[in-house]
Amino acid sequence: MAVIQDVHGHDHGHDHPTGIMRWLTTTNHKDIGTMYLCFSLAMLFVGGFLAMGIRAELFMPGIQILEPEVFNSFTTLHGLIMVFGAVMPAWVGFANWQIPLMIGAPDMAFARLNNWSFWLLPVAALLLITSFFVPGGAAAGGWTFYPPLSTQGGMGTDMMLFAVHILGMSSIMGSINIITTILNMRAPGMTLMKMPMFVWTWLITAYLLVLVMPVLAGAVTMVLTDRNFGTSFFNAAGGGDPVMFQHIFWFFGHPEVYIMILPAFGVISEIIPTFSRKPLFGYSSMVYATASIALLSCFVWAHHMFTAGMPVVGQLFFQYATMLIAVPTGVKVFNWTATMWRGAMTFEVPMLFSIGFIFLFVIGGFSGVVCAIVPIDIQVQDTYYVIAHFHYVLVSGALFALFAGAYYWLPKWTGHMYDETLGKWHFWLSMIFFNVAFFVQHFLGLAGMPRRIPDYALQFADFNMISSIGAFGFGLTQLLFAYIVIKCVKGGEKAADKTWEGATTLEWTHLPSPAPYHSFEHPPVVK
Amino acid sequence: MSGSKLMAMLSSVLILGFYSSVAVSSKYNFQDPQTPIAQQTYDQHIMALWICLVIFIGVFGVMGYSILKHRKSVGYKAANFHHSTIVEFIWTAIPVLILVAMSWPATKTVIEMKDTSESDITIKATGYQWMWGYDYIQGEGEGISFYSQLLTSQDQIRNQSPKGENYLLEVNNRVVVPAGKKIRILMTANDVIHAWWVPAFGVKQDAIPGYIRDAWFTVEKPGVYRGQCAELCGKEHGFMPIVVEVMEPEKYTQWVAENHKSASASAVKTAFVENEAAKN
Repeated sequence: MAVIQDVHGHDHGHDHPTGIMRWLTTTNHKDIGTMYLCFSLAMLFVGGFLAMGIRAELFMPGIQILEPEVFNSFTTLHGLIMVFGAVMPAWVGFANWQIPLMIGAPDMAFARLNNWSFWLLPVAALLLITSFFVPGGAAAGGWTFYPPLSTQGGMGTDMMLFAVHILGMSSIMGSINIITTILNMRAPGMTLMKMPMFVWTWLITAYLLVLVMPVLAGAVTMVLTDRNFGTSFFNAAGGGDPVMFQHIFWFFGHPEVYIMILPAFGVISEIIPTFSRKPLFGYSSMVYATASIALLSCFVWAHHMFTAGMPVVGQLFFQYATMLIAVPTGVKVFNWTATMWRGAMTFEVPMLFSIGFIFLFVIGGFSGVVCAIVPIDIQVQDTYYVIAHFHYVLVSGALFALFAGAYYWLPKWTGHMYDETLGKWHFWLSMIFFNVAFFVQHFLGLAGMPRRIPDYALQFADFNMISSIGAFGFGLTQLLFAYIVIKCVKGGEKAADKTWEGATTLEWTHLPSPAPYHSFEHPPVVK
Repeated sequence: MSGSKLMAMLSSVLILGFYSSVAVSSKYNFQDPQTPIAQQTYDQHIMALWICLVIFIGVFGVMGYSILKHRKSVGYKAANFHHSTIVEFIWTAIPVLILVAMSWPATKTVIEMKDTSESDITIKATGYQWMWGYDYIQGEGEGISFYSQLLTSQDQIRNQSPKGENYLLEVNNRVVVPAGKKIRILMTANDVIHAWWVPAFGVKQDAIPGYIRDAWFTVEKPGVYRGQCAELCGKEHGFMPIVVEVMEPEKYTQWVAENHKSASASAVKTAFVENEAAKN
C-alpha cells in the first residue's frame, strides 16, 4: 500500500526564486516552516543569553554583574522571548512542515498569509532586542507586565507591548491557517479520528490561540493607552482596577501554557509508538484528554492570583478546577506508559528525549498539583518553587519535546541522518544539567527565596551556586544541538524514505527523504 | 552502550537522592511553621509529597521495567493491543479520588485563613517603592505608626564589606506584636503592587493600590521572623524585607508605652529623611 511518490520531473514545472528572494517571497510551507524553526532557534539563544546573565548575577550573593533594573529587564525579556519568540514559533514551524505532510495536503491553506505571519516575527524580535538600547532600557516589569508597575517603565516598555501585539497577530493568523488546513485539506479517507495525534493536538491548540490571543491584545491595548493616552483602565487613582488586568492577562496566560505544551503531547504521541513499534494506546482517550485539557485551561486562570485576594468560593473553585486538569494529563502519561508496555523498544535520540520528557514533565505535573492547593500555593507563589515548576513543564516539557521532534523529523526534512552519538550526548548533558539547574530551585522556593530578585539572603547561597552551574552547562549544551543540526543539514548518512521502522504516518510511508519541495500534489488515499 | 546508559541513570538518581537528603536534613524545606495556618500548610505539603512519591514510583516502576525488558535489542516482539476501556476508566477514576482526598484538608484551611474576625490588634501595612509603612489602627498600640526600611548597607550589597548574618533581611523598625494574640493585618500599597510575606506565618498577601486586603496570624513563640516583598515592584524589589518581632505581652505593653511617648512621630520623620537620602 505504501507507495513512494515519483517526484522526478515535477520540480521543473515549479521554478521558484533563489537566494534571499526565495525566503522573502516564499509561500511554500516547507520554506516557511524552516524559517520559523531557524528563527526560534536563534531566539532560543537570545533568551538563553539572558538566562545566563540572570544565573551569573545569582551565582553569588551581592550585586556583581547586573544592576537591579537591568536584572529585571533580563528576567522580563527572557520570559517574553522564550515564550513568544522561541517555543511558540517553533511549534508553528513544526506545524508548517508537518501538518501538510501528515494529512496528505500539498501546502497550507493560506499560503500568502503564511508568509506574512512569519515575516511579522523578525520585526517583533527586533523591537524586543533593540529595546535594551533605548533610554530607560528594556521593559522591567516582568513578562506578565502587571500594571501599575508596567505603567512606570520608559520607551522600552512601549516597544515590548507593541512587539507582543505583533506576535499575537502572527499567532492568530498562523492559527487560522492551521485550522483551515486541517479541516479542509485532509487526504480522502482521513477522517478526524484517523488524524495523527500531532495534527489533533495542533488543531485544538489553534482553537485555543484564536480564543485567547485577542484577549491578550485587549489587555496590551489598555496598558498602551494607560501609558500613552491618559486612560485609567488599570490605575486605581483614576477609578481603574489593577486586579482586572491580572484576570484578563491570565485568561490568556493560562491557556497559553497549554498552547505551548499540547503540541508537545502530540509529538510525544507520535514518537513513543514509533519506537515502541506498537500503536498508540487509547487513541480516542488521548484526543478527548487533549480536548478536556484545553477546555479546562480556560477555567483555571485565577490560580495564578491566589495571593491577589479573592473570596473563599473563588479560591476553592479555581483550586478544584486546577486539580481536575491533573486527571486528563494523568491519562496521557498512563497511555504513553501503556504504549511502551510490551512494545519492542529502541532508544534513538527522539525516543530518549521523549522518555526524558515524560519523566521530567511528570515532576512538573506533580509540583503543579502542589501549587494548585491554595494554602501551599500561597506559600510558594512568586518564589523559586514556581520557577522550578514552570521550567520543568516548559524546558523539560515543551523544549525537550521540540528536540525530540527535531531529531525525529530532521531525516525527513534534510534527507540526512543526524549524528546519533552527538545526539545522545546532547540528550544526556541536557538531562543532567537541567536537573542540576532546576531541581534545587524547589528547595530555594520552599525555604523562602522570592523570584525576580537580583540578590538574596545568605542561606540561599549554596543552592543558587549549584543552580547557576547547572544552567551554564545546560546553556552550553544547546550549542551542541545547533552544531548537530547544521551538520545534519550539510550532509551525513543518507536517510531512508521510511527512516524509522515503526513509523506509520504519511510523511514516512508516502514521501521520499528529503521530502520534495512540492509534495502530495495528488492526495494519497487513506484507508 | 546500555552500560553507559545505566551509569547515567544511576548518577542522576544519586544526584536527586543527594539533593533530597540535603533538603530533609536542613533548612531547605518550608520554614518552621509558627501559626496554625502555617502548620496545616506544612502538613498538607508533606502529605502531597508522599502521594506524589507513591504515584511516581508506581508509574516509573512500570515504565522502567518496560524499558529494561521490552526492548528490541533483547529480542522482545511487540504486542499489538491499543485499547482497554476498563483500564482507562480505572486510571481516570483513581486520580479523581486522590485529588478529592488532597483538597479536603486544604478547603478547611482556606476557610480558616479567611476568618479575620475578632482580632486583638489590627495593623495596616502599606507597600511603598521601596519600604513598608505600618499603622497600628486598632487594639493595644493603636496610633503607632512608622516606616520600615532595609538596614543592610550598600557596602555589603556591593561586596565592599563582609555580609552580615541577616543580610538583606534586616530593617530599621520592626513590626512588633504580642505573642498569643490574634493579629489582623491589612495590606494596601501606595504606588505599585507589593506583597507582604512572612513564610513562618503562612501569610502572603498582595498589597494592591486602591485595595485593602487582609490576613491574620497568631504566634505563640516569641522571636524574630523574617520575610520579603513577594511581588515584583521595581528595581529595589529585592531590598524591602519584612521583619516581625513577637514579644511576650508584658514586654509588648512596655514597647507600646515607649513608642507612644516619643517614637511614633519621629520615626516617620526619620524614615522619610532616610528614604530621601537613600534616593540621592
